[in-house]
Amino acid sequence: MAGGQERVLKRRIKSVQSTKKITRAMELIASSRIVRAMGRIASARPYYERLSEIVREIAASSGLPKSRYLGEADQGGVLGLVVMVADRGLCGGYNSNALRMAERIIRQRESAGRVTKVVVVGRKGESYLRYRNIPVVGSLLHISDKPSYEDARKISDLVLVPFEEGSISFIEVISTRFLSAGLQKLELTKLAPIDSATFSTDKPAGYDFEFEPSPELIIDPLLRQFVQARIFALLLEASASEYAARQRAMAAATENAEELIKSLSRIMNRARQDAITTEIMEIVGGAEALGDALDWESDVGVTQFRENRN
Amino acid sequence: MAEFRFTLVTPERVLFDGNAQMVTLRSGNGDIAFLRGHAPFLGTVEICVLKITLPDDSVELAAVHGGFVRAAGDSVAVLAGVAELASEVDLARAERALENAERKVREFNDAAEIAALARARVRLDAGQVKRTR
Repeated sequence: MAGGQERVLKRRIKSVQSTKKITRAMELIASSRIVRAMGRIASARPYYERLSEIVREIAASSGLPKSRYLGEADQGGVLGLVVMVADRGLCGGYNSNALRMAERIIRQRESAGRVTKVVVVGRKGESYLRYRNIPVVGSLLHISDKPSYEDARKISDLVLVPFEEGSISFIEVISTRFLSAGLQKLELTKLAPIDSATFSTDKPAGYDFEFEPSPELIIDPLLRQFVQARIFALLLEASASEYAARQRAMAAATENAEELIKSLSRIMNRARQDAITTEIMEIVGGAEALGDALDWESDVGVTQFRENRN
Repeated sequence: MAEFRFTLVTPERVLFDGNAQMVTLRSGNGDIAFLRGHAPFLGTVEICVLKITLPDDSVELAAVHGGFVRAAGDSVAVLAGVAELASEVDLARAERALENAERKVREFNDAAEIAALARARVRLDAGQVKRTR
């Protein structure tokens, strides 16, 4: 009967309503975390900036000594690829865009006979790559919501050590850059070797530094720290972007839920109205049939029936 | 004594940024102290307890787990991968970490574990000195 349809709709509306409550809560959580993640990006900046300032000062005062970290990437060599995605889904295209880009690069290199060693951050990335039989040399899981410098160090152990030893010839990172609260962009960042032009400066040499140990010995650890600090910065940005993506996805989901509730209630109201109309028609029809049978006191019959109904 | 600007920066945050009379730390070639007007200097910092003498003659200690120091003009900056101010060291946790590290060095005795032990000692040292004052 029509009443059954009404009940089904009511149940659906209720379920959509409770989903909406969840998506709304996730949206609020994500937006509060964006603020915190942005704070972390800001407090990581002084270290990174001072470190690059020091390298720039060395470049200006005595010229950059030779280092494995400086130079041009040999595209034909082994690529160390770090892919940064999230541990959890429900954040729109955040994970899949980055992973598709990673897969494309890996497959392209594969068909050209080039080797890629993949390090993945985030559970979503690990399962995606495993499903597609792409081997992973290392993975960092359960850190995407609050990456620490220690995590950056672990990644650098996985890629920088082989890079220094020569078994990886260049390092790139796929991650989502947090350009502003409203704008995030998936990017391929070249991590090492670093183009020496990064540290060129127009400023004349300000100070004549005394080095301890010599510039040749200090440059490698300095640049290693520099790369590590960049990995950390990218991790923090990826984490902030994840929250931004999740907030947007959940805002859209909440809006969809609202719309769904609206259209479902409309359908439900019509169904209820239909049910009422049908009922009235049945009553009227019944009354008329009754009236025909009791033609000699038809008015009385209908009136009595109505009274009973009330 | 004359003051200069001292900053202690880690990748996660700026630990100390203020005036100091003197800063002592262990660099690659041994202990070194910085006063106002130190010659331009760039060096590595070993795992050590860093001592900051504040303008009011009180002393602030920090456990520094390796990094770099840059002195130029009237400012000195230490960039450390990991560092902790003595006042923020959790002594109980530091002691546990030290025990843990000692045990691991006995078991494995590789460079990473020895470095972890050195870090644990320095952290505990910085924390304890603060307490006995």
